[in-house]
Amino acid sequence: MSVSYENSKIVYQGIKDAGITSLSALPETWLGLLLQHADRDPDMRLIQVAKEEEAIGIAAGAYFAGERHILLMQNHGFLAAMNGIVSLALLYGIPLCMLIALRGHWGEPYPWHTRGGIVTEGVLRALNIPFEYARSPNAVGRQIREAYTLSQSALSPIALLLTRDLMEEAL
Amino acid sequence: MLYPELGDKLVVTIMGACAQELYDRGHKENFFYLQHAMGLASSIGLGLALHLPHEKIVVLDGDGSVLMNLGTLATLARYRPRNLVHVIFDNGSLLSTGGFDSHTTSGITDLAAIARGAGVEHVAAVDSVVAFGEAAIEAFARDDLSVIVAKVAAVGPNHYGMDLQLPENAFRFKRWIAGRKP
Ligand SMILES: Cc1ncc(C[n+]2csc(CCOP(=O)(O)OP(=O)(O)O)c2C)c(N)n1
Repeated sequence: MSVSYENSKIVYQGIKDAGITSLSALPETWLGLLLQHADRDPDMRLIQVAKEEEAIGIAAGAYFAGERHILLMQNHGFLAAMNGIVSLALLYGIPLCMLIALRGHWGEPYPWHTRGGIVTEGVLRALNIPFEYARSPNAVGRQIREAYTLSQSALSPIALLLTRDLMEEAL
Repeated sequence: MLYPELGDKLVVTIMGACAQELYDRGHKENFFYLQHAMGLASSIGLGLALHLPHEKIVVLDGDGSVLMNLGTLATLARYRPRNLVHVIFDNGSLLSTGGFDSHTTSGITDLAAIARGAGVEHVAAVDSVVAFGEAAIEAFARDDLSVIVAKVAAVGPNHYGMDLQLPENAFRFKRWIAGRKP
Protein backbone atom coordinates (compact mmCIF):
# COMPACT_ATOMS: atom_id res chain seq x y z
CA MET A 1 0.00 0.00 0.00
CA SER A 2 1.49 3.36 -0.88
CA VAL A 3 0.62 6.94 -0.15
CA SER A 4 -1.35 8.73 -2.83
CA TYR A 5 0.90 11.15 -4.66
CA GLU A 6 -1.99 12.90 -6.38
CA ASN A 7 -4.12 13.30 -3.28
CA SER A 8 -1.18 14.48 -1.17
CA LYS A 9 -0.75 17.23 -3.74
CA ILE A 10 -4.45 18.06 -3.59
CA VAL A 11 -4.43 18.23 0.21
CA TYR A 12 -1.38 20.50 0.13
CA GLN A 13 -3.09 22.71 -2.44
CA GLY A 14 -6.09 22.84 -0.10
CA ILE A 15 -3.83 24.03 2.70
CA LYS A 16 -2.42 26.72 0.41
CA ASP A 17 -5.88 27.78 -0.79
CA ALA A 18 -6.95 28.19 2.83
CA GLY A 19 -4.28 30.87 3.09
CA ILE A 20 -2.15 28.89 5.52
CA THR A 21 1.40 30.21 5.85
CA SER A 22 2.73 28.20 8.78
CA LEU A 23 2.51 24.57 9.72
CA SER A 24 3.71 22.49 12.65
CA ALA A 25 4.01 18.77 12.19
CA LEU A 26 5.36 15.46 13.23
CA PRO A 27 5.98 13.28 10.19
CA GLU A 28 4.29 9.97 9.59
CA THR A 29 3.86 7.82 6.46
CA TRP A 30 0.60 9.32 5.20
CA LEU A 31 1.88 12.84 5.81
CA GLY A 32 5.28 12.34 4.20
CA LEU A 33 4.54 13.64 0.71
CA LEU A 34 2.52 16.52 2.13
CA LEU A 35 5.42 17.57 4.31
CA GLN A 36 7.79 17.39 1.36
CA HIS A 37 5.58 19.93 -0.42
CA ALA A 38 5.66 22.15 2.65
CA ASP A 39 9.42 21.78 2.95
CA ARG A 40 9.98 22.85 -0.66
CA ASP A 41 7.57 25.78 -0.48
CA PRO A 42 9.42 29.04 0.25
CA ASP A 43 6.14 30.66 1.36
CA MET A 44 5.40 28.03 4.00
CA ARG A 45 7.03 27.92 7.42
CA LEU A 46 7.34 24.28 8.48
CA ILE A 47 8.10 23.59 12.12
CA GLN A 48 8.83 19.96 12.90
CA VAL A 49 8.38 18.99 16.53
CA ALA A 50 9.84 16.18 18.63
CA LYS A 51 6.45 15.39 20.13
CA GLU A 52 3.01 16.53 19.00
CA GLU A 53 2.14 18.27 22.27
CA GLU A 54 4.81 20.88 21.48
CA ALA A 55 2.81 21.80 18.39
CA ILE A 56 -0.12 22.86 20.57
CA GLY A 57 2.13 25.45 22.23
CA ILE A 58 3.61 26.52 18.91
CA ALA A 59 0.12 26.89 17.42
CA ALA A 60 -0.88 29.07 20.37
CA GLY A 61 2.17 31.27 19.79
CA ALA A 62 1.36 31.50 16.08
CA TYR A 63 -2.24 32.45 16.90
CA PHE A 64 -1.09 35.20 19.27
CA ALA A 65 1.24 36.38 16.51
CA GLY A 66 -1.66 36.60 14.03
CA GLU A 67 -0.28 33.89 11.74
CA ARG A 68 -2.49 31.42 9.80
CA HIS A 69 -1.18 28.17 11.20
CA ILE A 70 -2.33 24.54 11.07
CA LEU A 71 -1.14 21.31 12.69
CA LEU A 72 -0.43 18.01 10.95
CA MET A 73 -0.14 14.84 12.98
CA GLN A 74 -1.12 11.20 13.25
CA ASN A 75 -4.02 10.27 15.55
CA HIS A 76 -1.53 8.77 18.01
CA GLY A 77 0.13 12.17 18.08
CA PHE A 78 -3.22 13.75 18.83
CA LEU A 79 -3.47 11.36 21.79
CA ALA A 80 0.07 12.32 22.83
CA ALA A 81 -0.90 16.01 22.75
CA MET A 82 -3.89 15.59 25.04
CA ASN A 83 -2.97 17.78 28.02
CA GLY A 84 -1.89 20.61 25.74
CA ILE A 85 -5.22 20.44 23.94
CA VAL A 86 -7.17 20.39 27.20
CA SER A 87 -5.12 22.69 29.44
CA LEU A 88 -3.97 25.21 26.85
CA ALA A 89 -6.28 25.24 23.82
CA LEU A 90 -9.62 24.40 25.44
CA LEU A 91 -8.87 26.20 28.71
CA TYR A 92 -7.82 29.50 27.12
CA GLY A 93 -9.94 29.42 23.97
CA ILE A 94 -7.07 28.99 21.52
CA PRO A 95 -8.06 27.86 18.00
CA LEU A 96 -6.33 24.77 16.60
CA CYS A 97 -6.89 23.53 13.08
CA MET A 98 -5.66 19.93 13.21
CA LEU A 99 -5.28 17.69 10.16
CA ILE A 100 -5.02 14.23 11.66
CA ALA A 101 -4.02 11.08 9.78
CA LEU A 102 -6.55 8.51 10.95
CA ARG A 103 -4.50 5.34 11.21
CA GLY A 104 -5.92 2.10 12.57
CA HIS A 105 -9.39 2.57 11.15
CA TRP A 106 -11.38 0.76 8.42
CA GLY A 107 -9.09 -1.53 6.44
CA GLU A 108 -6.11 -1.22 8.78
CA PRO A 109 -3.76 -4.20 8.32
CA TYR A 110 -1.27 -3.25 11.06
CA PRO A 111 -2.25 -4.33 14.58
CA TRP A 112 -0.24 -1.57 16.29
CA HIS A 113 -2.39 1.15 14.80
CA THR A 114 -5.72 -0.32 15.74
CA ARG A 115 -6.30 0.80 19.35
CA GLY A 116 -5.55 4.41 18.46
CA GLY A 117 -7.78 4.17 15.43
CA ILE A 118 -10.63 2.75 17.44
CA VAL A 119 -10.55 5.36 20.24
CA THR A 120 -9.85 8.54 18.24
CA GLU A 121 -13.46 9.41 17.45
CA GLY A 122 -14.55 8.74 21.04
CA VAL A 123 -11.82 10.99 22.43
CA LEU A 124 -12.76 13.79 20.03
CA ARG A 125 -16.39 13.48 21.13
CA ALA A 126 -15.43 13.45 24.80
CA LEU A 127 -13.51 16.70 24.31
CA ASN A 128 -16.37 18.22 22.32
CA ILE A 129 -14.01 18.84 19.41
CA PRO A 130 -15.90 19.17 16.12
CA PHE A 131 -14.55 16.80 13.48
CA GLU A 132 -15.18 15.58 9.96
CA TYR A 133 -13.77 12.78 7.85
CA ALA A 134 -11.90 13.74 4.70
CA ARG A 135 -12.45 10.93 2.21
CA SER A 136 -12.63 12.55 -1.19
CA PRO A 137 -10.07 14.64 -3.06
CA ASN A 138 -12.95 16.67 -4.48
CA ALA A 139 -14.09 17.86 -1.06
CA VAL A 140 -10.90 18.03 0.98
CA GLY A 141 -9.90 21.55 -0.06
CA ARG A 142 -13.22 22.97 1.05
CA GLN A 143 -13.06 20.91 4.25
CA ILE A 144 -9.66 22.34 5.18
CA ARG A 145 -10.87 25.88 4.53
CA GLU A 146 -14.00 25.33 6.59
CA ALA A 147 -12.11 23.62 9.42
CA TYR A 148 -9.79 26.61 9.64
CA THR A 149 -12.68 29.09 9.55
CA LEU A 150 -14.54 27.28 12.32
CA SER A 151 -11.44 27.01 14.51
CA GLN A 152 -11.07 30.78 14.36
CA SER A 153 -14.71 31.67 14.95
CA ALA A 154 -15.27 29.07 17.67
CA LEU A 155 -11.83 29.63 19.29
CA SER A 156 -11.64 25.89 19.58
CA PRO A 157 -9.68 22.89 18.39
CA ILE A 158 -11.16 21.40 15.20
CA ALA A 159 -10.11 18.09 13.66
CA LEU A 160 -10.18 17.01 10.04
CA LEU A 161 -9.51 13.27 9.92
CA LEU A 162 -7.53 12.23 6.85
CA THR A 163 -8.77 8.74 5.99
CA ARG A 164 -7.30 5.77 4.13
CA ASP A 165 -9.63 6.47 1.18
CA LEU A 166 -7.95 9.82 0.72
CA MET A 167 -4.36 9.14 1.69
CA GLU A 168 -3.62 5.73 0.19
CA GLU A 169 -3.31 4.89 -3.48
CA ALA A 170 -6.43 3.10 -4.70
CA LEU A 171 -5.67 -0.45 -5.80
CA MET B 1 15.41 42.26 39.10
CA LEU B 2 14.15 40.99 35.74
CA TYR B 3 10.86 42.86 35.98
CA PRO B 4 11.95 46.33 34.78
CA GLU B 5 13.37 44.72 31.62
CA LEU B 6 10.10 43.06 30.65
CA GLY B 7 8.00 46.08 29.68
CA ASP B 8 8.62 45.81 25.94
CA LYS B 9 9.04 42.05 25.60
CA LEU B 10 6.56 39.23 25.16
CA VAL B 11 6.67 37.22 28.37
CA VAL B 12 5.33 33.69 28.77
CA THR B 13 5.47 32.22 32.25
CA ILE B 14 4.59 28.89 33.80
CA MET B 15 2.00 28.45 36.51
CA GLY B 16 2.18 28.80 40.22
CA ALA B 17 4.94 30.65 41.99
CA CYS B 18 6.50 32.06 38.83
CA ALA B 19 3.23 33.46 37.47
CA GLN B 20 2.14 34.81 40.85
CA GLU B 21 5.39 36.62 41.56
CA LEU B 22 5.30 38.26 38.14
CA TYR B 23 1.65 39.23 38.53
CA ASP B 24 2.25 40.64 42.01
CA ARG B 25 4.94 42.97 40.66
CA GLY B 26 2.22 44.41 38.44
CA HIS B 27 0.46 42.78 35.53
CA LYS B 28 1.28 44.00 32.04
CA GLU B 29 -0.65 43.32 28.84
CA ASN B 30 2.41 41.65 27.35
CA PHE B 31 2.45 38.88 29.99
CA PHE B 32 0.87 35.48 29.31
CA TYR B 33 0.48 33.10 32.25
CA LEU B 34 0.33 29.43 31.26
CA GLN B 35 -1.53 28.27 34.33
CA HIS B 36 -1.66 24.58 33.83
CA ALA B 37 -0.19 22.90 30.76
CA MET B 38 3.26 21.90 31.98
CA GLY B 39 6.10 22.02 29.48
CA LEU B 40 4.51 24.18 26.81
CA ALA B 41 5.68 27.66 27.84
CA SER B 42 8.79 27.35 25.69
CA SER B 43 6.73 25.96 22.79
CA ILE B 44 4.47 29.02 22.94
CA GLY B 45 7.65 31.11 23.06
CA LEU B 46 8.93 29.36 19.94
CA GLY B 47 5.65 29.95 18.09
CA LEU B 48 5.82 33.63 19.01
CA ALA B 49 9.50 34.04 18.23
CA LEU B 50 9.41 32.48 14.76
CA HIS B 51 6.38 34.48 13.65
CA LEU B 52 7.36 37.78 15.29
CA PRO B 53 11.04 38.18 14.43
CA HIS B 54 11.05 41.86 15.45
CA GLU B 55 9.88 41.12 19.01
CA LYS B 56 11.96 39.81 21.91
CA ILE B 57 10.38 36.84 23.65
CA VAL B 58 11.13 35.82 27.25
CA VAL B 59 9.98 32.46 28.60
CA LEU B 60 10.02 31.99 32.39
CA ASP B 61 10.07 28.25 32.96
CA GLY B 62 10.58 25.78 35.80
CA ASP B 63 12.63 22.60 36.14
CA GLY B 64 9.56 20.40 36.61
CA SER B 65 7.88 21.88 33.55
CA VAL B 66 10.96 21.54 31.35
CA LEU B 67 11.44 17.94 32.47
CA MET B 68 7.94 17.23 31.17
CA ASN B 69 8.87 18.40 27.67
CA LEU B 70 12.62 17.89 27.18
CA GLY B 71 12.09 17.61 23.42
CA THR B 72 11.39 21.34 23.36
CA LEU B 73 15.09 22.07 23.88
CA ALA B 74 15.94 20.12 20.72
CA THR B 75 13.17 21.85 18.78
CA LEU B 76 14.40 25.24 20.01
CA ALA B 77 17.96 24.35 19.00
CA ARG B 78 16.87 23.18 15.56
CA TYR B 79 14.94 26.34 14.68
CA ARG B 80 17.18 28.62 16.74
CA PRO B 81 14.97 31.71 17.04
CA ARG B 82 17.35 34.65 17.48
CA ASN B 83 14.86 36.58 19.57
CA LEU B 84 14.08 34.06 22.32
CA VAL B 85 15.44 33.96 25.86
CA HIS B 86 14.46 30.84 27.76
CA VAL B 87 14.94 31.25 31.51
CA ILE B 88 14.59 28.08 33.56
CA PHE B 89 14.24 28.72 37.30
CA ASP B 90 15.63 25.50 38.70
CA ASN B 91 14.47 25.25 42.30
CA GLY B 92 14.89 21.47 42.32
CA SER B 93 11.29 21.29 43.33
CA LEU B 94 7.74 20.85 42.12
CA LEU B 95 7.08 23.84 44.33
CA SER B 96 3.64 24.89 43.19
CA THR B 97 2.18 21.49 43.82
CA GLY B 98 3.46 20.92 47.32
CA GLY B 99 7.23 21.08 47.08
CA PHE B 100 8.24 17.55 46.15
CA ASP B 101 11.85 17.18 45.00
CA SER B 102 12.28 17.18 41.23
CA HIS B 103 14.93 15.20 39.33
CA THR B 104 17.30 18.19 39.47
CA THR B 105 17.53 18.14 43.27
CA SER B 106 21.12 17.86 44.59
CA GLY B 107 22.53 18.15 41.10
CA ILE B 108 21.52 14.69 39.90
CA THR B 109 20.18 16.02 36.62
CA ASP B 110 21.83 18.98 34.91
CA LEU B 111 19.38 20.95 32.77
CA ALA B 112 22.10 23.23 31.37
CA ALA B 113 23.99 20.17 30.13
CA ILE B 114 20.79 18.84 28.59
CA ALA B 115 20.22 22.16 26.83
CA ARG B 116 23.80 22.12 25.50
CA GLY B 117 23.40 18.51 24.44
CA ALA B 118 20.20 19.43 22.65
CA GLY B 119 22.28 21.83 20.59
CA VAL B 120 21.67 25.23 22.17
CA GLU B 121 24.89 27.21 21.81
CA HIS B 122 24.36 29.92 24.41
CA VAL B 123 23.56 28.27 27.73
CA ALA B 124 24.36 29.96 31.04
CA ALA B 125 24.16 28.15 34.36
CA VAL B 126 24.03 30.62 37.25
CA ASP B 127 23.56 30.31 40.99
CA SER B 128 23.74 33.88 42.31
CA VAL B 129 21.68 37.00 41.80
CA VAL B 130 24.67 38.85 40.33
CA ALA B 131 25.50 36.09 37.87
CA PHE B 132 21.85 35.86 36.88
CA GLY B 133 21.70 39.60 36.23
CA GLU B 134 24.78 39.42 34.02
CA ALA B 135 23.48 36.41 32.10
CA ALA B 136 20.12 38.10 31.58
CA ILE B 137 21.68 41.33 30.30
CA GLU B 138 23.83 39.33 27.87
CA ALA B 139 20.91 37.21 26.70
CA PHE B 140 18.67 40.25 26.13
CA ALA B 141 21.39 41.94 24.09
CA ARG B 142 22.33 38.81 22.15
CA ASP B 143 20.83 38.30 18.72
CA ASP B 144 20.56 34.56 19.24
CA LEU B 145 18.69 31.89 21.18
CA SER B 146 19.75 31.90 24.83
CA VAL B 147 18.98 29.54 27.67
CA ILE B 148 19.64 30.52 31.28
CA VAL B 149 19.40 27.86 33.97
CA ALA B 150 19.14 29.72 37.28
CA LYS B 151 19.51 27.75 40.49
CA VAL B 152 17.08 29.31 42.94
CA ALA B 153 15.72 28.54 46.39
CA ALA B 154 12.43 26.66 46.51
CA VAL B 155 10.37 29.47 47.97
CA GLY B 156 7.22 31.01 46.56
CA PRO B 157 4.54 33.54 47.44
CA ASN B 158 2.26 32.97 50.42
CA HIS B 159 -0.91 33.44 48.37
CA TYR B 160 -2.26 32.59 44.94
CA GLY B 161 -4.87 34.30 42.81
CA MET B 162 -5.24 36.79 39.99
CA ASP B 163 -7.96 39.17 38.93
CA LEU B 164 -7.65 37.91 35.37
CA GLN B 165 -9.64 35.13 33.70
CA LEU B 166 -7.58 32.76 31.58
CA PRO B 167 -9.24 33.45 28.18
CA GLU B 168 -9.16 37.16 29.06
CA ASN B 169 -5.40 36.90 29.46
CA ALA B 170 -5.18 35.23 26.04
CA PHE B 171 -7.39 37.86 24.33
CA ARG B 172 -5.54 40.80 25.84
CA PHE B 173 -2.11 39.31 25.12
CA LYS B 174 -3.08 38.82 21.46
CA ARG B 175 -4.46 42.36 21.24
CA TRP B 176 -1.32 43.85 22.69
CA ILE B 177 0.73 42.05 20.04
CA ALA B 178 -1.63 43.14 17.24
CA GLY B 179 -1.27 46.73 18.39
CA ARG B 180 2.52 46.50 18.04
CA LYS B 181 2.57 45.35 14.42
CA PRO B 182 4.69 47.77 12.38
C1 LIG C 1 0.38 17.24 33.62
C2 LIG C 1 0.46 17.77 35.00
N1 LIG C 1 0.83 16.98 36.03
C3 LIG C 1 0.90 17.48 37.27
C4 LIG C 1 0.58 18.78 37.53
C5 LIG C 1 0.63 19.31 38.95
N2 LIG C 1 1.60 20.39 39.08
C6 LIG C 1 1.23 21.67 39.23
S1 LIG C 1 2.52 22.71 39.42
C7 LIG C 1 3.64 21.44 39.33
C8 LIG C 1 5.11 21.66 39.51
C9 LIG C 1 5.70 22.65 38.58
O1 LIG C 1 7.08 22.57 38.79
P1 LIG C 1 8.07 23.59 38.13
O2 LIG C 1 7.81 23.71 36.69
O3 LIG C 1 9.46 23.19 38.52
O4 LIG C 1 7.70 24.98 38.77
P2 LIG C 1 7.71 25.42 40.32
O5 LIG C 1 6.33 25.16 40.83
O6 LIG C 1 8.76 24.64 41.04
O7 LIG C 1 8.01 26.88 40.25
C10 LIG C 1 2.97 20.21 39.16
C11 LIG C 1 3.65 18.90 39.08
C12 LIG C 1 0.19 19.58 36.42
N3 LIG C 1 -0.10 20.89 36.53
N4 LIG C 1 0.13 19.05 35.20
